[in-house]
Amino acid sequence: MAGIESAQKERSMAGRLFGFARRRKKRAPTDVRRRIGESWYTPYLFILPHLIIFILFIGVPFFLGIWISLHDSTALREGPFVGFRNFENLLSPDSVHSARFWTTVWNTFIFVFLSTPLLVGVGLFLATLLNQRFRGRNFFRGIYFAPWTLSVAVVGITWWYMFNGNGGVVTRFLQDTLGTSPGWLTQNPWAWIAILVATLWWTIGFNTIILLAGMQGISADLYEAASIDGANRWQQFRHITIPSLKAVLLLVVTLQIIASFQLVGQPQLMTGGGPPPTETTPVLLHVFNTGFGGRRELSLAAAMALIVALMMVIVSIINFRLFSSERS
Amino acid sequence: MATVLDRGLERDQPLELKAVGRRRRGFQRPLLYLLLIGIALFFILPMIFVFSTSFKSDTEVFTDPGLIPADPGLENYQMLLGGGTPFYRWFLNSAIVSSVGTVLTVVLTSLSAYAFARIDFPLKNALFSVLITTLLLPSVMFLVPHFKLIGQMGLYDTLPALVLPGLAGVFGVFFMRQFFLAIPVELEEAAYVDGANRFRTFVSVVLPLAGPALATLSVITFLAFWNDYLWPAVICVDNCTLPAGLRLLQGQFTANYGLTMAGAVVAAVPVLIIYLALQRWIIQSVASSGVKG
Repeated sequence: MAGIESAQKERSMAGRLFGFARRRKKRAPTDVRRRIGESWYTPYLFILPHLIIFILFIGVPFFLGIWISLHDSTALREGPFVGFRNFENLLSPDSVHSARFWTTVWNTFIFVFLSTPLLVGVGLFLATLLNQRFRGRNFFRGIYFAPWTLSVAVVGITWWYMFNGNGGVVTRFLQDTLGTSPGWLTQNPWAWIAILVATLWWTIGFNTIILLAGMQGISADLYEAASIDGANRWQQFRHITIPSLKAVLLLVVTLQIIASFQLVGQPQLMTGGGPPPTETTPVLLHVFNTGFGGRRELSLAAAMALIVALMMVIVSIINFRLFSSERS
Repeated sequence: MATVLDRGLERDQPLELKAVGRRRRGFQRPLLYLLLIGIALFFILPMIFVFSTSFKSDTEVFTDPGLIPADPGLENYQMLLGGGTPFYRWFLNSAIVSSVGTVLTVVLTSLSAYAFARIDFPLKNALFSVLITTLLLPSVMFLVPHFKLIGQMGLYDTLPALVLPGLAGVFGVFFMRQFFLAIPVELEEAAYVDGANRFRTFVSVVLPLAGPALATLSVITFLAFWNDYLWPAVICVDNCTLPAGLRLLQGQFTANYGLTMAGAVVAAVPVLIIYLALQRWIIQSVASSGVKG
């Protein structure tokens, strides 16, 4: 179970950072092993090339983002220092910026709440289906996973065409068979359904293979014993598969929540964030439009991004806590 | 890298119990295949529609709804590649950015990972903790500062702008370190006794052993660079990659589905070819590294 184990290791390592897992004993500082004749700077020569780029493009931007959010700049001009005014504007209910921002945050939450059960549930179903012995199982697994290798741009363009009201495949098919079709990309709830379908198509393969790997790690003896005791297939699924998959399921749910939080390409390319004004605009698209479209309000976009990032980090930490309590 | 996926696929199905005299099966066989094929169609049909539409002219798209074009033609591809759009440049940019980005990522992160796995130095653990913690930071918070930084470096709308931010990621360091830790240290000590220095040991002993991990990291990194959409869409105007270019194509030729679909086909085909060739292995890599796209 290399994959799942390494993921758990990663999580416990992150857990350690937040101080809720056991601490490793500190090694005495004198016990730094170095080969005879090796210079003190040898390790730095190894880490430096990556570290320089890391500092430049993760370290500096981390603080630069905060710095920009405390100013009133656009892409065209450097603005004055304004303290926390951008944040106050986004957090106070009576400002123009906050209403739209929180609508889009709410849209993202809706998507997370709809997509997570859907993608984990369907992933479980497909994994169960593929966890049987039949001819051509690698073939089907390969097909189900294929869209995952595509860019979100290809996925968005594909489903924009499929659902398009002007000669799109799905629309035309429904018009031919039922005589009518909803405006998939221009009316809710259809627009959200179209985005969910595109997302399912794109990423369900990932959840499926992670869950499948977990299922194949469950001992066959458990099923044998249950079968002898007369458990039917559903009972086996409910009382053997699900409990044995608990850790893997938590991992999949965590990754799914974080991925769903990052929704941006599908609505940008399929619905343009509409129906107007922002019915399917997730918060990331709003950040994108604020910072890089229209008036290019970089500072406001930076402040929004920080609020969203904070929410996501909190979600991750909650998940890590669940993980570490699950394991102990 | 051996995964449970491997074992599971070769293992006999546990659910059949001849001793009980009843063949346990989840679904009746024909029903199972019907279901499997139905689901497969959901995944394949959109791709086939896109592929088919890319061979239809802008009027045929509306007059000829068939899955197989009545009068297939290459006019969309000719227009894309023949100078009607900057498409050729996008394709070239994608190829350059993805290959250079992949090579640099693999070199930089495996060098760093080796030091973190094998050499002791002051503040090593603290530094590694800082690196790993940044895995938690969502990429959205870097969009604006990267945009600003790249602008200040004078790299706006250039190829380095598309490569550099991606090189800073720490996943490769974490991933390669795990692998290096699993290599028996005795092998390196043997090389050391023979007079090789650190770098020599790394290049001629450790790297050859790390082949599978390097290959996995390369494929994952290549896909990430090739498919990246949001950052190129932010930073590029003329020097776009294919995903960002597709968005421009869609905006410019709204009703010319054939042309846009031809663009999607060209963006999809290279990764699908890689996937077809390495399918089983890619699936294992993804399952074992747990990378979410």
